[in-house]
Amino acid sequence: MKSAVVQLPGLNRDRDMIAALTKISGKAPVTVWQTETEIPDVDLIVIPGGFSYGDYLRCGAIAARMPVMQAIKAKAEQGVKVLGVCNGFQILLEAGLLPGALMRNASLRFVCKEIKLEVANADTDFTRAYAKGQIIRCPVAHHDGNFFADAETLKTIEGNGQVVFRYADGTNPNGSMNDIAGVMNAKGNVLGMMPHPENLIEAAHGGNDGRGIFASALDVIAA
Amino acid sequence: MIKARVTVTLKNGVLDPQGKAIEGALGSLGFSGVGQVRQGKVFDLELNETDKAKAEEALKAMCEKLLANTVIENYSFTLS
Repeated sequence: MKSAVVQLPGLNRDRDMIAALTKISGKAPVTVWQTETEIPDVDLIVIPGGFSYGDYLRCGAIAARMPVMQAIKAKAEQGVKVLGVCNGFQILLEAGLLPGALMRNASLRFVCKEIKLEVANADTDFTRAYAKGQIIRCPVAHHDGNFFADAETLKTIEGNGQVVFRYADGTNPNGSMNDIAGVMNAKGNVLGMMPHPENLIEAAHGGNDGRGIFASALDVIAA
Repeated sequence: MIKARVTVTLKNGVLDPQGKAIEGALGSLGFSGVGQVRQGKVFDLELNETDKAKAEEALKAMCEKLLANTVIENYSFTLS
């Protein structure tokens, strides 16, 4: 399985993401710069975290209007898997590829710590390696991760199983509605999440709870 | 040239943690009687346009495409 990592000014988790994808799939991902209008033939496109365009206007707002996003939209429509982590999640929401919005954390503070995640839906291309209801550890580092959706949208995504991850055991760090930490699109090939699974994939990280997301998406669960 | 002011505000029902914090700070400064504070954004634009109708059309497109996130925000604008 081949993967690509998107690079934009201000994104700073791209190296961690490239390292995680390389270690888990055995192949280095291709990198795609924001001005590119075509994305190579890959199975998974990842938008990493950071502070694209300094979070000006709204987090992810300007990045979501860059040419590369049109190419990502086209790939997503073809069924290619797209994963957005942290700022990548914010970008996917601003680009209209996922439902809802991310607001300033309820505490108004930047949170950088480890939380617990419940795998709310294990029947997805990104979570096959886990069991439904499994609780995993995962780091978070963000200022705007407070998920919001209007009542109708919330009902739809909950009903469709589009809520893939929830903060568990009272560890919701940002005030997200329904403890939502990660959502996917109706088709199931685009996932956005605030926590950073790429930072918990090997013993040197203190655990590998996050590995399953990449292993599922890259189809290397048994490896 | 037309000058425009775009105002972007949060929709009703959208939690505004920053507005809440400002509300609390006003209270602690002794400004009692402030019911609710909602924070928004203001953009002042200069448009190379003389036709008001065209300017309004362009502003609407700018708001829909970039200046506001219509999932959570409303927008309005005035021309001068």
